[in-house]
Amino acid sequence: MAGAGRRRVAVVVAVVALVAAGLLGVCVGAVALPAPGVVSSLLGRAGVHVGTPLPSVQEEILVQWRVPRVLLAALVGGLLAVAGASYQGVFRNPLADPYLLGAAAGAGLGATVVIGYGPQNLGPLGTVPAAAFVGALVGVGLAYGLGTTAARQGSAGSATLLLAGIAVTSFLTAVQTLVQQANSDDLRQIYSWILGQLGTASWHQLRLVLPYALVSATVLLVSGRALDVLAVGDDEARTLGVRPGLVRFVVLVAASLGTAAAVAVSGLIGFVGLVVPHVVRRLAGGSHRIVLPLSLLVGGAFLVLADLIARTVVSPAELPIGVVTAFVGAPFFAALLRVRPGSTP
Amino acid sequence: MNALDLSAVRRGRTVPRPDRSPEPSPEGGGLRVRGLSARLGRSEVLTGVDLTVRPGSWSAIVGPNGAGKSTLLRAVAGLVPHEGRILLDGADVDSFGPRRRATEIGYAPQSPVLPDSLDVREYVLLGRTPHRFLLAAPGAEDRRITELALERLDLTGMAGRPLKTLSGGERQRAVLARALAQGPGLLLLDEPTSALDLGHAQKLLDLVDRLRIEEGLTVLSTLHDLTLAGQYAEHLVLLADGRVAKAGPPSEVLTEAMLARHYGARAEILTGPDGVRVLPVRAPR
Repeated sequence: MAGAGRRRVAVVVAVVALVAAGLLGVCVGAVALPAPGVVSSLLGRAGVHVGTPLPSVQEEILVQWRVPRVLLAALVGGLLAVAGASYQGVFRNPLADPYLLGAAAGAGLGATVVIGYGPQNLGPLGTVPAAAFVGALVGVGLAYGLGTTAARQGSAGSATLLLAGIAVTSFLTAVQTLVQQANSDDLRQIYSWILGQLGTASWHQLRLVLPYALVSATVLLVSGRALDVLAVGDDEARTLGVRPGLVRFVVLVAASLGTAAAVAVSGLIGFVGLVVPHVVRRLAGGSHRIVLPLSLLVGGAFLVLADLIARTVVSPAELPIGVVTAFVGAPFFAALLRVRPGSTP
Repeated sequence: MNALDLSAVRRGRTVPRPDRSPEPSPEGGGLRVRGLSARLGRSEVLTGVDLTVRPGSWSAIVGPNGAGKSTLLRAVAGLVPHEGRILLDGADVDSFGPRRRATEIGYAPQSPVLPDSLDVREYVLLGRTPHRFLLAAPGAEDRRITELALERLDLTGMAGRPLKTLSGGERQRAVLARALAQGPGLLLLDEPTSALDLGHAQKLLDLVDRLRIEEGLTVLSTLHDLTLAGQYAEHLVLLADGRVAKAGPPSEVLTEAMLARHYGARAEILTGPDGVRVLPVRAPR
């Protein structure tokens, strides 16, 4: 079957790209690490001893700093991209992204309140990520609740939900701006959070995010067929034996959980969730059964590379990663738009 | 690969049929609708509709705009809340779960949504959805039946093409193939020819008729073109204001008096060897 063959090739290429980006990410930095030593050290940690590992100082840099940062970048990028592809599928709207239903506004408000008024860095993870995580889920929950109530039925249609998301986002953003204005001393810190950063990446953060990421990614990856069915419209989906409201609910919960986890550790990184699914669609076709896994892989690779640029071009300072994703990603996407006419979800 | 394959597939359903309803129906199989009423918002769109479609036959619902034709079809498809009984081969359709219903009844809406993102084969494969746990990947059997459905509708050559590149007639065939892949015994077609020119409309209806005979399908369609309805359906149901105004063979339903009364139309009825033809007559100036 031609489709299945193309799907396998695309997945293999994306895996190779992710691994290559990851290797590049751990080797390049303020201290350059030689690739053979890196591979040997990493294999050594896994119990396979080949070649000459890095000297211990370099290995410390590799294991304590570079690896968790690259893994976190891959995880965040993958989650945002797969969540974006899912949102676009649920709303049958190419402009949908994971922040659409109030996740970004809620997280922004949570983080701003804590930076402005709260005790900071009390817990092991810091209170800002926790507040962002809760804020994101509250934002989506409000939008979904509002959309469902407005529809006055068991399941909200996608247009009603979308409008509810816009209402909630505007309201939460207004409150966030208000809090921010009242705490102008913290403006810089708030802005740097909003623009996104991976500078605080650690194994500890990874461990905290991983459970949510696994649940979210697993649910979304098995939902490809359901989203393809949803693409024919609610009525036809029903005559195919599918309950569109239930599919929408499950997919939105999973995508929002992943988004909240990503936002908690990295701030609001834009562009990835919106554009990576479109890039994937243009390169590999539009069935969600291929778009979802490829978005996860390509989103991960893309954010690893973006983070590499963010921390090297103005070294020792760092650019906000959200600036890099848009600055590098937008021209690339613009070029792709011209070269490959593609399909919308 | 011939017609028998697909109908055999249909009979050897992958979703097992539960036991038949305890009371065997005296009137036998096919579709029987009894006392069907439905409202949309506050207005009652269908009132006490009765209709019977013999197994393996083609019935068409005709009637003026707003008579409730599409709503009737959608009620049978389970898309509109309703009162009354809908029996398929003696079993109450409303007691079926969504998946069982989807394997028994195929539905092609008036304006089907064909997602840009899929190619023809992927789209037809969606018809296999009710036969499998939603989260499972399609199996070899699903792919085989999809290929058969593509072949039956002459789509094999364009199976890899994106849906958005199809012409109107090809789109309708893709929708039919998808419905066929569901393996239904009853096919509901809502204005299947509304987007087609005369030649393509005739080709499509010929195709439906062939599928009906070869696959043993029971067909219920709405058709606004009365001549096509009179030529292809063996039984017509004239709906007016949500009620059955007349049901029977085309020659009894399509009369000048009926058309004047329910459509407010002036028409001449010609009877040919192929059925009844309705000829509009312009008012004298």
